[in-house]
Amino acid sequence: MLKVNDLHVYYGGIHALKGVHLSVEQGQIVTLIGANGAGKSTTLRTIVGLERPRTGTVLFNSEDLTKLDTHRIIQRGIGISPEGRKVFPNLTVMENLELGAYHQSQKDAAVQMEWVYTLFPRLRERSRQLTGTLSGGEQQMVALGRALMSRPKLVLLDEPSLGLAPLVVEEVFRTIQTTNEQGATILLVEQNAMAALHVAHYAYVLETGRVILEGPGKTLLADERVRQAYLGE
Amino acid sequence: MTSTILLQQLINGISLGSLYGLVAIGYTMVYGILRLINFAHGDLLMFAAYIAIYAAALLALPWYLSFPLAVIATGLLGILLDRAAYKPLRNAPRISLLISAIGASFLLENLALVFIGGVPKAFPRPEIFDRVIPILGLRIQVLTLYTPVVTLVLLFGLLYIVFHTKVGKAMRAASKDFETTRLMGINLDRIISITFLLGSMLAAAGGIMWAMKYPQVNPFMGVFPGLKAFIAAVLGGIGNIVGAVLGGFLLGLGEILIVALVPEMAQYRDAFAFVILILVLLFRPTGIMGEPIIDKS
Ligand SMILES: Nc1ncnc2c1ncn2[C@@H]1O[C@H](COP(=O)(O)OP(=O)(O)O)[C@@H](O)[C@H]1O
Ligand SMILES: [Mg+2]
Repeated sequence: MLKVNDLHVYYGGIHALKGVHLSVEQGQIVTLIGANGAGKSTTLRTIVGLERPRTGTVLFNSEDLTKLDTHRIIQRGIGISPEGRKVFPNLTVMENLELGAYHQSQKDAAVQMEWVYTLFPRLRERSRQLTGTLSGGEQQMVALGRALMSRPKLVLLDEPSLGLAPLVVEEVFRTIQTTNEQGATILLVEQNAMAALHVAHYAYVLETGRVILEGPGKTLLADERVRQAYLGE
Repeated sequence: MTSTILLQQLINGISLGSLYGLVAIGYTMVYGILRLINFAHGDLLMFAAYIAIYAAALLALPWYLSFPLAVIATGLLGILLDRAAYKPLRNAPRISLLISAIGASFLLENLALVFIGGVPKAFPRPEIFDRVIPILGLRIQVLTLYTPVVTLVLLFGLLYIVFHTKVGKAMRAASKDFETTRLMGINLDRIISITFLLGSMLAAAGGIMWAMKYPQVNPFMGVFPGLKAFIAAVLGGIGNIVGAVLGGFLLGLGEILIVALVPEMAQYRDAFAFVILILVLLFRPTGIMGEPIIDKS
């Protein structure tokens, strides 16, 4: 479904991605883990066209995305919860969700919203509240729900657990699994390697702009190097 | 001063203020989305007035066709202005954008000077706006009464678009965060174009009413109303649409009343607006209704 080949991305003189590759098959949860600054967010930003690679390709259902405008890429069937949540604080929860379904019919959007409210009952209670007034965990749910509103073929999540209380983190990961079981394909970027590897079918470890290790989530959980570097053992 | 004169002045103030407010909306909308003071906005008044003049003179259109034509043409000029002067600078420092706005303003004024000339042209005021009606012992030109009504109708129309339509939702989102707006699959350039279209159309309505009120049109006619409207937008809280109209009303009323109450101040009428600007910037930079101004990435 998604195939990233030999991606090189620069920020001015900084060589942020040095030949990243990864692929995501339909129905999977794939995770991209790595330390701060490894290039995880840059990879996601390049997939959605916010950064342009110097070389390399991003194939989504065999179409190269690297020349497309961001809004076109999203319209191909991608939903994203960006780093730092980025909810619109001046809009209500409901309006934020509606924006996630900007190109959907009103009817489809209503169905999806009902589903998001089932996933996050707390959002239903807060639907008419300005999103800026919500707690961090609730805002993360808005960002997640918003990414799902268009019924995307592929969902990109950039550190959805960052800064959340442990109980909320659990809830977020449960939701990721639930949505996957209901058919969504997910590319999950995480620093919380333990939790990510537990839910992932396949995982890539990124270090200073390169994939240094890859394999099924369970395999990497047992890997000595991963345990030392990312699981703190 | 007698109460009838005071009433007359109040009505004049509200009428003038509503014009400021109408033009101020455009400043505030563009500022809200681009964080740019669009200095060329005032010149759109001039453009609209000339289009209305020529549509009547050359095409022999009646006012109810020439005015909408001028409004639409000005809306399109607003889009063109963004595409030519501001869009290439989306990622440039804010100061470049501001300089480009000042340049665009000079360009429009000088194009008018070259192609139309500096001699003022008379604006053909349609008769139905000329009628004078008696109200509470006063004789008032209907145009004076129509102006605030038109402003309020357009204001509520705009508020409906901004707060109750999909495009309006996207405009409010874009005013906070361009990148995330694009991540919603929204064509940001289109949203910005619509913002310029709406703001410029309102400026055109203001320009036409201004030209009916002071029926001498010259290439620089938009400069002063533009500056006043900008001050009104700051007074009301730049970025806030209702604030812009409120600021316009207050500024118009203040200008007229200060002259009415203290006739010696008549020469300083224009200075009044600038004193207001300085006071607002010193003591309440967010204006009456504005939120704290946040830099956008
Ligand atoms: N806007 C930017 N300008 C310059 N350098 C950047 C920018 N964004 C990220 N980088 C650099 O690129 C590298 C990868 O960053 P990032 O993709 O954000 O890492 P991660 O998401 O894995 O923490 C880092 O060295 C970071 O400092
Ligand atoms: Mg990151």
